[in-house]
Amino acid sequence: MAEATTQDEGPPPGTIQKILDNPWLLLVLGIVIPTLSYTVWGLVEWFLLKPAELP
Amino acid sequence: MENFLPNKMRVCDTTGLPVCLEAERFIKLNAVAAVVSLLIGALAGITVALTRWEVVRFVSDLTYYRVLTFHGLNMLIFWIIFMEIAILYFAGTTLLKSRLASPALAWVGFILMAGGALAVNITILQGKGDVLMTSYPPLAADPVFYGGIVSFAVGTLIAVINFFLCIYIARRDRTYKGSVPLVVFGAIAAAIIAVLTLLHGAAIMVPTFLASLGIGWGSVSDIDPAVYRLVWWGLGHPSQQINVAAHVAVWYLLATLTTGARPLSQSVCRVAFVLYILFINLASAHHLLVDPGVSAEWKMWNTSYALYLAVLASMIHGFTVPASVEIAMRKKGFNEGLFGWLKAAPWKDPGFSAMFLSLFIFGFGGGVTGVTLGTHQINIIAHNTLRIPGHFHMTVAGGTSLAFMGLAYYVVPLIWRREYPVKALCRLQPYIFALGLSMMAIGMVAAGMHGAPRRTPLSGVEGAGPWLALLGIGGVVTFTGVLIFVLTTVVAVFFGKSNKGGPIEGWQDMERMKSNLALITSDWQPSKTGLKAKGTVALVLLFMAWFAVYYFANWKALADVWHVR
Ligand code: HEM
Repeated sequence: MAEATTQDEGPPPGTIQKILDNPWLLLVLGIVIPTLSYTVWGLVEWFLLKPAELP
Repeated sequence: MENFLPNKMRVCDTTGLPVCLEAERFIKLNAVAAVVSLLIGALAGITVALTRWEVVRFVSDLTYYRVLTFHGLNMLIFWIIFMEIAILYFAGTTLLKSRLASPALAWVGFILMAGGALAVNITILQGKGDVLMTSYPPLAADPVFYGGIVSFAVGTLIAVINFFLCIYIARRDRTYKGSVPLVVFGAIAAAIIAVLTLLHGAAIMVPTFLASLGIGWGSVSDIDPAVYRLVWWGLGHPSQQINVAAHVAVWYLLATLTTGARPLSQSVCRVAFVLYILFINLASAHHLLVDPGVSAEWKMWNTSYALYLAVLASMIHGFTVPASVEIAMRKKGFNEGLFGWLKAAPWKDPGFSAMFLSLFIFGFGGGVTGVTLGTHQINIIAHNTLRIPGHFHMTVAGGTSLAFMGLAYYVVPLIWRREYPVKALCRLQPYIFALGLSMMAIGMVAAGMHGAPRRTPLSGVEGAGPWLALLGIGGVVTFTGVLIFVLTTVVAVFFGKSNKGGPIEGWQDMERMKSNLALITSDWQPSKTGLKAKGTVALVLLFMAWFAVYYFANWKALADVWHVR
């Protein structure tokens, strides 16, 4: 189980590693990016939708 | 420094890891609820499959819809999410040498989830919820149906919060040094995706529940289907991405347990998980590719451009898992030729075979079909045909479910401390399930290519008959695979030989287990062995070639739709 339980030991972590080690930042980004790209953008399009003109 | 409360911990006799007894209880409870859901979901699945088989037409049209609703919810939501919560409790405690943050929260979460699942199932069986799992308005179900879904979702959210609290206290009490292990990182990715999923779930299911009671929107049939579908798929698709992150974490765990493998590069694998967190959920837009309310720009950005970053992540995992197995096998002396390591792999260990078959079906089947179907233009010839269930049975059933079954072959001996009976049958089970599932999915994809629609018992589509028969036969084989898994697991849990006080019997011979353990417990880096993953590179080239052929054939099929003279 070493792989599952031990961690890389070595020099102090760089910026990328610090980001990877911050679950709270990842949580915020993981909510904000899809919500903006998919949900908010989609809802804006829905709000701006004009009623279809019936033939 | 460990943080267990007195008398609330035991040391695993096989791995030497500390197991929090409170967490163990909830791992067991969630796993049992998961297996029960799998069994009843599979009974519904075989009923639906035999109904789609034209010459059998097993149940009436109305029963088909009822049973399909039951199947979709029990399989996709209850089986998978209960199992995921069990995985989160395991990853957030044992792997971090830490305790369960709050047993009280775990109880509340579990009761809400189990109660919600029960309420939904009873309502469907009473005939008050024939709305399929998506419950699109204007179809309306009994308020208990929506209430059950809300209760299940709130319970899940509570369990996920408990998992984040576990991460917090493990960090605070310094139960681990440096970064969390990769498997835990994968579980964190799954949990983050779960939060997004559940927020969308709340945003759509709470108002729908209220509407079913006559509050707010008026009634369910007054809800605008366009906005419902948009927000609902912010729940429906990400819930599948929780699976992807969770089963990839399970692949890494099983690769380690069964071969002693170690990821080629920790940071690359972690970045791949981050790509999932950031981009995979945009894939929800696939479901709206033929919806008129959203623009082509929105569709293309969300399903193609940004999503391909998540596809890249899957390809990274799809490479690193077999490559790490290859390096471990070569290091153990199976270094012959391109595929000597693969031939010598522990194929009789159901943990390994389930992991590898899951990876193969997920990548070669689910991945290739998914990227193709998700292409805006191609989607128009495939939307709402049986090609779609063909694709997702290769991801959620062949990929996620099979990986979770493989995990169970280790969880039951390690957590319940009981051995599986009739081991020969267990060794065969992943192959039976994988074979049946592949037949069924190929049947679905091919019938869909002939134009057979999904979600209907009606057919009569020219040329689809033999493929629907393959779907039916494959369904019977898959069902057999599920049944063997459920029965052996239930027998193991209640009557299996106890292994308390000693290591588990294991699925490989003594010599192999010793060499795996030597790799697991020693300090080695795959990149420093001088060994190359040549075989995996060859497999990747094969994958690319297959993808190119399938993708090209689909563009060709699209071009055939119109005739230019
Ligand atoms: C015993 C194994 C299984 C069999 C025989 C089976 C069979 C089927 C069939 C025939 C359909 C209906 C396609 C249609 O008419 O539209 C279906 C739909 C579906 N299946 Fe399965 N399946 C099995 C396992 C699974 C698993 C393990 C999962 C998920 C983890 C799953 C998830 C689904 C979902 C989500 C649907 C779509 C429901 C809908 O359209 O509302 N199935 N399945």
